[in-house]
Amino acid sequence: MAGKEVTKTQEMIYELQVREVMTRKVIAVASATLMGELRGILRDNRISGTPVVDDGNLVGIVSIEDFINWMSDGRPRCPVADRMTRQVRTIYDDEPLVQAVNKLERSGFGRLPVLERETGRLVGVITKGDIIGGLLRNLEVDYRNAERRGARSSHIFEDIIADRSLLRLEYQVRGADFGRAGASASGLKTSLGRLGIDPQTTRRVAIATYEAEMNLVVFTEGGRIRVEVEPGLIRLVVEDNGPGIPDIEQALQPGFSTAPDWVRELGFGAGMGLPNIQKCSDRMRLDSTVGKGTRLEVEVLMERQDDAEGSGARTGA
Amino acid sequence: MKLDEIGTTLEAEWLSDRTGCHDRTGAEVLSCHASDLMSDVLTSTGEGSLLLTGLTNAQVIRVAEVADFVAVCFVRGKKPQPEALQLAGERGIPLLVTPLSMYDACGRLYVKGLPGGHRAKEIPSWRARK
Repeated sequence: MAGKEVTKTQEMIYELQVREVMTRKVIAVASATLMGELRGILRDNRISGTPVVDDGNLVGIVSIEDFINWMSDGRPRCPVADRMTRQVRTIYDDEPLVQAVNKLERSGFGRLPVLERETGRLVGVITKGDIIGGLLRNLEVDYRNAERRGARSSHIFEDIIADRSLLRLEYQVRGADFGRAGASASGLKTSLGRLGIDPQTTRRVAIATYEAEMNLVVFTEGGRIRVEVEPGLIRLVVEDNGPGIPDIEQALQPGFSTAPDWVRELGFGAGMGLPNIQKCSDRMRLDSTVGKGTRLEVEVLMERQDDAEGSGARTGA
Repeated sequence: MKLDEIGTTLEAEWLSDRTGCHDRTGAEVLSCHASDLMSDVLTSTGEGSLLLTGLTNAQVIRVAEVADFVAVCFVRGKKPQPEALQLAGERGIPLLVTPLSMYDACGRLYVKGLPGGHRAKEIPSWRARK
């Protein structure tokens, strides 16, 4: 395990660029700044050195070591220009982290000013702390991804021995509650991810659920979304108690909509909901009686494991 | 194109501090959807894609979440509504705000080589290219 982490870190110091981890807010001083003022600047900003910049150009770097030497020389009154290091090692913002690591290691400096390649302007500073912080953040992202992959590979249905297994999830949707709309789709999406359902299938189901949920919110007093997860298949059953759809064929036409203006103003109600549900599903059945209610049943077949890799074909992208 | 570069190209402000997504500047963006019509946005996948929009309600974040968008950028300097901001934070979706208009934002990204996310089969030149 440890060996693997090291490899990952090594990979990252080649992949990550300096600008992704550097500190952008640079505390800099002018070369005319007096050495006597330096102590306050370093202390207030809790830094151990600062670039020296005149008119946007980097002219040197002054560190706490320069400051100590100046003190031991009896604190002569002089500007930073007299005590700073003029031979500054810099790095460009688009260089890989490994360059920064090497330069810091070789020079023994604690920080490198970062320049933008095109303009040569100072855009940041990178320290070992920045590098460690950046690596840790990216390892965390990596860990989260790995955790998700881990969950995916532990296919729950493969561990269950039964002639038929079925997991049922249920969500209640309130009518006209636009603020809460999408909460069911969101909860379902998270749950399917945890169950180890592949991302393509999960996305298709989530989009279909979201569209159905939006229909419940906009057109009905509320309803219920039932989700059944079986090996290889996810079934959605969405039911409400009215008002019902007078002409189902018309409702399935892309662009046909009876949505009120307030819904359109929010970016919905363009008459794409049912056609989109159809597009996301492998089978769809819509029954409706005016005054009684509507029942929508949708089936989504899971991507087979061998063609799940990188194929988004089913989503029709 | 990294999200970081998108932000620079659009001269956008990151709302990352409030949504806790500052570690996502390196996220890879492969395409862009630009629309104020969420109904249309939902008809394609958002995987690897940026959502550019002038809408600021919480449902924009729901759409981004459900369709797997990498990030959302609001145009014309519009700030998302508080519920949208909160939801994005909970769901880990990075948010940006650009002062540019939709047209200019699209133009800049297109010039940089970022393609549209919805490569409709109906467009003749796309078909010809295949």
